[in-house]
Order: sequence, then C-alpha cells, then structure tokens
Amino acid sequence: MALLSIKNLCKRFGALVVTDDLSFDVNEGEIIGILGPNGAGKTTLFNLIAGTIRSDAGEILFNGTNVAGTGVAERCRLGISRSFQVPHPFAGMSVFENVLVGATFGRSGDDRFEYALRALDVAGLKQKANLLAGSLPLLDRKRLEMARALATEPRLLLLDEIAGGLTERECHELLSAIRDVHSAGVTIVWIEHVVHALLSVAERLVVMNFGRLIADGKPDDVMKSREVKSIYLGEDVNV
Amino acid sequence: MQEVTRATAASRFALASAIVLVMVLAAAPYWGSTASLRLLGEIMVYLALASLWNLLAGFTGLVSIGQQAYVGFGGYMLFTICISLGWNPLYAIPIAALVAAPISALVAVLVFRLNGAYFAIGTWVVAEVFRLGFAQMSSLGGGSGLSLPITVMREMASTKAEREALIYWAALLLGTGSITIVYLLLRSRIGLALTAIRDSEVASSSLGVSITRVKLLVYVAVAAATAMVGALVFMQKLRIAPNAAFSVTDWTAFVIFMVVIGGIGTIEGPIIGTLLYFVLRQFLADFGSIYLIVLGGLAILVMMVAPQGIWGFVANRWGLSLFPVGYRVKLQAMPAYNNGKENEYVGRNQAHRDVAAARRNR
Ligand SMILES: Nc1ncnc2c1ncn2[C@@H]1O[C@H](COP(=O)(O)OP(=O)(O)OP(=O)(O)O)[C@@H](O)[C@H]1O
Ligand SMILES: [Mg+2]
Repeated sequence: MALLSIKNLCKRFGALVVTDDLSFDVNEGEIIGILGPNGAGKTTLFNLIAGTIRSDAGEILFNGTNVAGTGVAERCRLGISRSFQVPHPFAGMSVFENVLVGATFGRSGDDRFEYALRALDVAGLKQKANLLAGSLPLLDRKRLEMARALATEPRLLLLDEIAGGLTERECHELLSAIRDVHSAGVTIVWIEHVVHALLSVAERLVVMNFGRLIADGKPDDVMKSREVKSIYLGEDVNV
Repeated sequence: MQEVTRATAASRFALASAIVLVMVLAAAPYWGSTASLRLLGEIMVYLALASLWNLLAGFTGLVSIGQQAYVGFGGYMLFTICISLGWNPLYAIPIAALVAAPISALVAVLVFRLNGAYFAIGTWVVAEVFRLGFAQMSSLGGGSGLSLPITVMREMASTKAEREALIYWAALLLGTGSITIVYLLLRSRIGLALTAIRDSEVASSSLGVSITRVKLLVYVAVAAATAMVGALVFMQKLRIAPNAAFSVTDWTAFVIFMVVIGGIGTIEGPIIGTLLYFVLRQFLADFGSIYLIVLGGLAILVMMVAPQGIWGFVANRWGLSLFPVGYRVKLQAMPAYNNGKENEYVGRNQAHRDVAAARRNR
C-alpha cells in the first residue's frame, strides 16, 4: 500500500484550474522530486496534501485513510509535515522555540527538547538556537522551515524550494542533511527549481504543468522525455 | 544533551520580592484601616480583571469588550446562592466559576464565528443580552436590583471586622492568583501555542497546533475566573443591580485602559497599569469629570509615544523580563568533527525500528 495516494484531486481558484484531476502515489521510503514551471500548481498540491487549503474534489489517502476532510493540525500529527516556500517564521520567538512548537504539538512522544535540538542540528541551526527568528536572513529562515517540519517527527516530509540561492558548499550540506533524514526512514517529496540538487537525491521525478502530471518516472528517463524538454528547453514537440 | 533553561536573574529576584510583598499584603487586616483594606481589595479586583483581559486580548488575540457579562453573572450567582440557599457567600466564588464555564463555552460557539472588530462587538451584544435577561428576573430584584441580607453575611463571620478581613483575603487570593495562573499558563505548552498562533496561524496549525481548541480553552478559563471576581466584587458592594453588574465602563473600559497603558501582551503590563490607574484616581477623583479627561488624554499620549505601553517600552529598552516564559538553550562549543553535528536525525520510522530491534534482542 502506498503511504500517500492521491486520487482525482481537483482545485480551482475562481475560473483558474490549479489542480486538474491529479492522481499519483508516493510509496513509503521514497524520495521524489517535483519539477515544473512557475504557476504549475506545485505549491498548491502541497497545500492540498497538508490541508492548508481544502480540495474541491478527489481523495487524499494517507496510510490508507482519506484525510481530505481532516484539519491541518490533525494531518500534521498523523505524520504529514511541510515547509513553506515563503517562510513563515514565528518572528517573535527564538529559533529554538520555533522548532519546539513542532516538537510539542506535531508529535506524540516525550523528549520534546531533545527532539527539537536534534532537528536544529540536522538543519545546521543549532548555534543560532537563541536568536530571534525574525532576525534571521532568508537562508536561515528556509533552514528553520525544514527544522520545524522535522521536529514534528514526520512520516512524509514535503519540502518546497529550500535550495534556491545556496552556495555550492551550503547546497552540499543541505543535500547531506536530506540524505540523513531519508535514511532515517522519512519519505520525502521535494519541489525544487535547482535541478542538479534535486537530481542528486531524487529516486523518482515528477513533472507538473498546468495542474497536471506530464511526466513521472526515473529521473534520467524523465529528463530525456520530449515534453519536459519542450518546457525547459523550449523545444517544439510537434516538429 | 544541552540544558534548556527558563529563569533569569531578574526573575528570581522578582519572585523573591513578590513572595515578601504578598506576605505583607496578607497581614493587611492587622496593620491597615478599614478604608485602606477596601482600597487594597479593589486594587486586587482590578489586578485580576486586567491580567485576565490581557490574557484574552493580548496573548490570545480575542479582543472582547463584553467581559462584564461574566462579572455580572458571577455577581448574580452570589445573590442567587446566598438568598435562595442561604449558604456562606464565600462558597459562591468557586460555584460561580463552575457555572460560568459551560455557559461561556456556549457563548463561544456564537462569538467565535466572528473575527476582529465583529468579535468585539459580538461579545458586547452578549453582555447586553445578559443584562436584559437578569433585569427581567423579578426574583433577583428585576431592573432595580437587591441587597445582600445581613443574616446571610453572618454565615461568613459574626463580626464586621472579620467579614472585611475574609473578603479582603479572598480578593488578595484572586488578584495574586490570577497573575500566577496567567504566568504559569503562559509558561506551559498552551503559552507556547499562544505565542506561535500570535506570530503565524498558518505555520502553527501546520505544526500541529489546534488553534480553535487553544482559544476556546483560554476563553472559558478567563470567563470562569472573571465570574469568580464578579462574585467577590458584589460581596464587597453588598448590593447588585443590572446596570452596575453589567457595566461596560467599570468592568471593561477601565480594564482596557489599565492593560493598554501598562503594556498589552506582557505579564507585567496589567500590574503597572492597574497601580497607575489607582494612583491617578487617588489624586484626581475630587475633580469629577476632569479625572476621566486626564485618563483619556494619558491613554492617547501613551499610544502615541509608546504603543506597547509602559512595560513594553521598558522591556524593549533594557531587555528586562520579570516573568520569563521563553526557553534558552545553553550552547556548548561546537565539536570540530562530524560536521558540527552531534546527533543523527532519527525519524519516526527509525525510532520504531530501534524499538523493534530492541524487542527482538531481548
Ligand atoms: N490562494 C490563491 N488564490 C488564487 N490563486 C492562487 C492562489 N494560490 C495560488 N494561486 C494561483 O495558482 C497557480 C498555481 O500556484 P502555485 O503556487 O501552486 O504554483 P507553483 O507551481 O508552486 O509555482 P512556483 O514555482 O512559482 O512556486 C498560480 O497561477 C497562482 O497564481
Ligand atoms: Mg511554489
């Protein structure tokens, strides 16, 4: 059974169809990359899975149960955790307290301090634990997004554009952190425009455009497909 | 593992001074006159109301202008219990809380549908409904109200001095108790959730915080405590009538003044604001309406010069906190090996696997 199974999911904003009868499965232990041009509906898909916005139709099966009608907080406690593309730090709280929120309310175990510190460590933010989150530069805010999501002890981690603007060294650190998290048994879906970073960890690649999946498979095959080339390299498929 | 600490040097000093101060205040019936006992009792009432309203509006974002609903409700609970059952008036204080809690939960179902200014107006409307409702009850004196019979007060204690002392101690308990409970609540997980919700509702819910549940809990707890204060207030006054019991000026407007002047969203603010209000009142009360004009003018001035109130200004300037609710991590020097990381990330599945492996090896 797939960990996450999306069936005929639809979402529109007014006349704009942002998620168009979308279906796909995420298996336990996978690490999936999602590519797609701006406005393809990638973030919206995450919002639908995490429950930040409600779908118009379709099913979202997590671990076999339909969570389409379940609240955001409840979905988090079930094990779905996400980072926001535009960081939403708790600006008036310290970095540690930000992460502690996830470790306290997003999971059921004890040891919330230890868990929060561990998540900070993985995201490379431990030395900044006592700084005010509102004072962090953008890169650290993105790290904080990941740390908070990790602190909820997720089964499914949804990462939305966390590698943009990193130096090569920072990118390398991020990739090794993602590999650590994955090898600890967390299933990961990662939206990213930095293609080389995505390809270096993704086992499966999904490409979206206009709210639909236009490719899904092994990264090498997907990158070679004509539709993907037409979007990214501007090649005309019909020639 | 690093240590996580909560207290600061200033907070330890504040706690020690607070304990001494409360002991001195507890002895007031032995050193104070009747007039000063009454004044102190009234200050305690407003300390409680201001701390509670601040928890609601400042920390939870529920800007209610209808808390007089629960003050009046508590007052009428006192009269109901004393007159129809003939019990000791002091028993009415906890009973008022127990009855007000479920009623406030029902009110919440109604007013929680509203946001921002609409919520504020909604709570006021509810308070007016309470006032009109109690004005209809002829057994409770209808629109003109009623007095607490002396026979009932004798249930509490036989002499007047003893009664004054008991009422004062109850006020002291409610005043200091409210501040203590607000502080402990804000240090608890609920406080963490409230601060997170204040900064970002979207992020807190996606991290597992059930926003409505937390807000409902605070609303009901504040309503129950406010009803206790209401029962006490009308024990001090010995007389109740709908207009006094559900007065928006006495139980909400003055309270908002205290909290805003002192510093909304800080624990220290309502304390400072309450004390300032009483100092002003002692000096200006003889001037009649000028007193209200000065209060209004001061409120406007503070809003313009220091919108975070007196304590907000002080705390920002000197980084001071007498009631620390935050968490500090004691950091160690970073180890040079292992990329600076001390811990591997262990996810839910890995933890499960570890447990399973441990079971097998047993
Ligand atoms: N709340 C909303 N109301 C109206 N339209 C929205 C809303 N959220 C997203 N959209 C629109 O839906 C479309 C898909 O947006 P989405 O954020 O999912 O794209 P994306 O694939 O994440 O793009 P990017 O790569 O730029 O992050 C866009 O056209 C966007 O303007
Ligand atoms: Mg996006």
